[in-house]
Amino acid sequence: ARYRTVDEDFFEELEDLLLQADVGFETVMELMDKLRYEVQRQNIKDTSGIQSVISEKLVEIYESSDEESIELNIQDGELTVILFVGVNGVGKTTTIGKLAHRLKQEGKSVLLAAGDTFRAGAIDQLQVWGDRVGVDVIKQAEGSDPAAVMYDAIRAAKKRGADILICDTAGRLQNKVNLMNELEKVHRVISREIPNAPHEVLLALDATTGQNALVQAQTFKEATNVTGIVLTKLDGTAKGGIVLAIRNKLHIPVKFVGLGEKMDDLQPFDTERYVYGLFADALDQQLAEEETKEQ
Amino acid sequence: MAFEGLAERLQGTISKIKGKGKVTEQDVKEMMREVRFALIEADVNLKVVKTFIKRVSERAIGQDVMKSLTPGQQVIKIVKDELTDLMGGEQSPIKFAQKPPTVILMVGLQGAGKTTTTGKLANLLRKKYNRKPLLVAADVYRPAAIKQLQTLGNQLTLPVFALGTEVSPVEIVRQALEHAKEEHHDVVLIDTAGRLHIDENLMQELKDIRALKEPDEVFLVVDSMTGQDAVNVADSFNEAVGITGVVLTKLDGDTRGGAALSIRSVTQKPIKFVGMGEKMDALEPFHPERMASRILGM
Ligand SMILES: Nc1nc2c(ncn2[C@@H]2O[C@H](COP(=O)(O)OP(=O)(O)OP(=O)(O)O)[C@@H](O)[C@H]2O)c(=O)[nH]1
Ligand SMILES: Nc1nc2c(ncn2[C@@H]2O[C@H](COP(=O)(O)OP(=O)(O)OP(=O)(O)O)[C@@H](O)[C@H]2O)c(=O)[nH]1
Ligand SMILES: [K+]
Ligand SMILES: [Mg+2]
Ligand SMILES: [Mg+2]
Repeated sequence: ARYRTVDEDFFEELEDLLLQADVGFETVMELMDKLRYEVQRQNIKDTSGIQSVISEKLVEIYESSDEESIELNIQDGELTVILFVGVNGVGKTTTIGKLAHRLKQEGKSVLLAAGDTFRAGAIDQLQVWGDRVGVDVIKQAEGSDPAAVMYDAIRAAKKRGADILICDTAGRLQNKVNLMNELEKVHRVISREIPNAPHEVLLALDATTGQNALVQAQTFKEATNVTGIVLTKLDGTAKGGIVLAIRNKLHIPVKFVGLGEKMDDLQPFDTERYVYGLFADALDQQLAEEETKEQ
Repeated sequence: MAFEGLAERLQGTISKIKGKGKVTEQDVKEMMREVRFALIEADVNLKVVKTFIKRVSERAIGQDVMKSLTPGQQVIKIVKDELTDLMGGEQSPIKFAQKPPTVILMVGLQGAGKTTTTGKLANLLRKKYNRKPLLVAADVYRPAAIKQLQTLGNQLTLPVFALGTEVSPVEIVRQALEHAKEEHHDVVLIDTAGRLHIDENLMQELKDIRALKEPDEVFLVVDSMTGQDAVNVADSFNEAVGITGVVLTKLDGDTRGGAALSIRSVTQKPIKFVGMGEKMDALEPFHPERMASRILGM
């Protein structure tokens, strides 16, 4: 097995790896403190077996408050409303398609609301997903009021006795006050029609995003009371490490990860697996490289 | 949760120096640590940061800062100058073909802003350069991608060449180039599907499109919110298709945009435009100095 001594160089390399996974300074420093303490306490000398310690500490940071659940808050025998929010191009509409497919496979009757009436082709895009998955889409003309679309969709969903209504919204950057107000209004209309709704507000976060994701999560949470994150595009090389800080500071758990552009490319979030993916392969590779250098 | 700018970051170190009255090498080192923090928080790639810090340190220790009465400001000045330099001093215009049509190929990751930017560029080319652009819908994968481009074409009253989703992108581009000749379009803008830089099949598709006729510009469209991975993306796209320039989108947000520096450093290709909104006129030339201030939070 490849291993080496756990010294300052090792800590520094690990720090670098995590920074390169967009984990962010604060979280990395917190981890390093925990790790140094643990290495001393357990008298760990070399890197064999250190992966599980690193992973354990990362999970500890991520789950520092564990009242949040990864399960979707589905209402039994009543309409459940799921609202998608997020900045432009992160994968909201695609994830809605995937989630609709998933829920439909679980035997639920699902309806979609085309709440992005702004972006060119957005309604058609959702309709294509609806057709693919085999669920109906409630929509109005491009340019119409998104809150009105939601109102319509809720009425339709109730009338049809649907189990789940998933609402798409236009992408918006969190610093656009008008657009965030519009989103609050959409949220309000839904709550007015059904108390406790939306039952889930899912923030789509692109795994390629850097430190700005934290501000995104904070601002969208203030506007719409975000209940969970879908971390999209994890099939690329980016790791989206900022979700650790988001969970730690804002208590928003990741509920799903997006792993591609197809219907089946959505998976429930697995903390251990994710946390391992942040560093383990890269660390292995690094150790291997050092080994070849030494030879 | 707003991040501190470099100036605030340096405050602690500077007040220590003030007490002593002179700047030591250790002080410079400490200031460089703050620079490093600031750049990483701005999403500049770690490796790029390291090289950068080395350069700036040498300058700082070599002369300017050690003798300065205002070491903090001096550090900021050096960092800002170096950043501006690295991101390319001069503004870089669009390269037009000697013999029309000029072909512009848009590439990038999913959701970066290619289709929107294609529309914006066409608009700019018509308005500012008096050209007659043709938009080409070569994304046959994303649901309603063609419809999206057509809607933008309608808004702009510009023609969109499309053959539906059953024809291969390479064939679409081939026919579009013929069509452009017949209809005397002097610019052809090709919107391609978003793809991961590690997707070999789809990267090959871009190479095949490129092989039909050497594009005059290959623009890599990058989301300005991109984190550390920007270097991998830029490097891979550049390797595979040879980009000629970069468009940085969504800069109307509040991200620091350190990706600009990362991309520039690994590809050495100029950032030509920035996207400043969703509307068709929200495209601006890139200003390295403004970008430097932004990255530093000033
Ligand atoms: N590789 C990969 N691509 C994805 C994933 N999720 C979404 N995409 C792609 O990302 C692009 C943008 O996705 P959309 O679903 O349109 O994103 P959006 O957030 O609805 O975008 P706007 O409505 O314009 O704000 C599309 O090309 C999707 O196919 C994913 O998990 N992996
Ligand atoms: N605020 C803002 N939004 C932008 C900008 N450029 C693009 N967008 C938005 O970003 C989202 C994605 O843009 P698209 O043009 O569809 O991106 P794309 O790269 O073509 O996406 P795919 O074809 O799915 O790969 C849309 O919601 C656009 O309106 C910009 O400069 N500012
Ligand atoms: K993106
Ligand atoms: Mg959408
Ligand atoms: Mg597109």
